[in-house]
Amino acid sequence: MNFFSFSRAASVADALRDAGAGAKFVAGGTTLVDLMKLDVETPAVVIDINRLPLAEVGPAPEGGLRIGALARNSDVAHHPAVVRDYPVLAEALLSGASAQLRNMATTGGNLVQRTRCVYFRDTASACNKRVPGSGCAAIGGYNRNLAIVGTSEHCIASHPSDQNVALTALEATVQITGARGDRSVPIGEFYLLPGDTPERETVLEPGEMITSVTLPPPAPGARSTYLKLRDRASYEFALASAAVVATVTNGTLERVRIAMGGIGTKPWRNRDAELALEGKRVSAERFAAAAQIILSGVKPQPGNAFKVELGKRCLVHALKLVTAEA
Amino acid sequence: MSGQALVSASAAVATEAPPARPAPPGIDIVFTVNGKRVEATLDPRATLLDTLRETLDLTGTKKGCDHGQCGACTVHVNGRRVNACLSFAVMHDGDTITTIEGLGTPEHLHPMQAAFVAQDGYQCGYCTPGQIMSAAALLSEPCGPANADVAELMSGNICRCGAYQNIVAAVQSVRQRG
Ligand SMILES: Cc1cc2nc3c(=O)[nH]c(=O)nc-3n(C[C@H](O)[C@H](O)[C@H](O)COP(=O)(O)OP(=O)(O)OC[C@H]3O[C@@H](n4cnc5c(N)ncnc54)[C@H](O)[C@@H]3O)c2cc1C
Ligand code: SF4
Ligand code: FES
Ligand code: FES
Repeated sequence: MNFFSFSRAASVADALRDAGAGAKFVAGGTTLVDLMKLDVETPAVVIDINRLPLAEVGPAPEGGLRIGALARNSDVAHHPAVVRDYPVLAEALLSGASAQLRNMATTGGNLVQRTRCVYFRDTASACNKRVPGSGCAAIGGYNRNLAIVGTSEHCIASHPSDQNVALTALEATVQITGARGDRSVPIGEFYLLPGDTPERETVLEPGEMITSVTLPPPAPGARSTYLKLRDRASYEFALASAAVVATVTNGTLERVRIAMGGIGTKPWRNRDAELALEGKRVSAERFAAAAQIILSGVKPQPGNAFKVELGKRCLVHALKLVTAEA
Repeated sequence: MSGQALVSASAAVATEAPPARPAPPGIDIVFTVNGKRVEATLDPRATLLDTLRETLDLTGTKKGCDHGQCGACTVHVNGRRVNACLSFAVMHDGDTITTIEGLGTPEHLHPMQAAFVAQDGYQCGYCTPGQIMSAAALLSEPCGPANADVAELMSGNICRCGAYQNIVAAVQSVRQRG
């Protein structure tokens, strides 16, 4: 591991003063320390933000719930307001990683965790995300776990998180602070497609810090589910996942929000698929048609072409689960 | 990417030496390990796991993967189970750490240690300290009654000998005694 200098931030201002290009915040450490051991992340400065007062989960001033950037994944998953009003988030969090990792992992760190592409994690391999312009070993290589939507000819890395899929279906907003002030970004605009700059994954600028995530008030009567499909039953990343939040009245879908994980280069939402369901009667054919909208015309690799069908079945099954008892 | 770009770019990568950085100063830390106050000045690169094993000679905590993928390094930080391999020790200033050496003693085993013995919850024993630290913490976490609930919450501890059934039995025996 490269040398780095380490500082403990006593306040947000303190952390921002040391932040910028070449510096990294460390929260739970479960992504950063992992990748520093592999020399994939090589910050010259590491700023420990764990003592900052950003771990609170509570009502947001504008209604809904505010989750501090340093709230641990396990604490968010078991928070009474999350369990009651946003169970899809609790389910997604509890499907991720392990109990130990969830005790360490934070809301903010999870938002910007890096891909599990094996070539990204190996400095001997070509990888445009790690070394822009070096090529992409995953195209034509091992890509079972990588994306089939949102890809480019330069990168097909999948976004690995479960939390962020639920946050996307819940239409969360990310609060950011930095030297140039504060801003709020809807999660739908937070992630960038790889295009020809796969090294840029989010709108965060160097030195900017996530301070919290807010969830809008829960839709009255909404039902939800998080369905995660993977190679083993636990302690494994998604091959395909679906977060569905829907309101059903007398067999008619009123409000539908869908986000998918495992298949995309970012948490994947397609408003057209939701519109194909809203105002319609609950039916297996309509579910299949919505899945088709998301997964038609995608460009998989031979190693992950199975995800087209897996993704469709995942979404259809999730929609069935959500509408079953309604 | 064209093949041309790939070749020239990777050639550039191969010759580019990593930026030379001076060794940073050691970082002072005061924390409590198994009930004892420890003061140390540490290389910031040292993980909590390596610090416990190499600096404090507490070799009960094991290193399996060093990447959060096996659970052999599980310890308690302020009463909660974590993977010691994925945090820098200097992040733990002021924290209270418990390792397998601090959970019980041969004369006074923690109930979970005794249960692993009684239920034969190991074969080679390499994963066992991590399993026991994980299981001891599980006792104070929300967990359903079924064996499957225990298996799910113990999934962060891999056992290559496959002692899983007896591990679940050990955890359940302690939970049932309340
Ligand atoms: C073995 C293993 C299995 C896993 N399985 C899953 C899984 O199934 N599902 C899943 O979703 N995840 C999984 N994860 C990933 C895990 O959820 C993430 O590593 C974790 O959420 C990252 O959070 P952290 O606080 O530890 O981040 P850190 O490692 O501390 O930080 C990660 C990155 O975020 C930056 N950062 C942290 N906080 C902030 C902030 N407030 N503002 C700006 N930048 C910030 C850091 O600078 C760093 O670049 C797994 C991880 C491991 C190691
Ligand atoms: S898919 Fe992206 S992350 Fe993986 S090797 Fe290609 S460029 Fe790198
Ligand atoms: S050594 Fe820490 S999880 Fe494997
Ligand atoms: S007892 Fe051998 S690895 Fe678990």
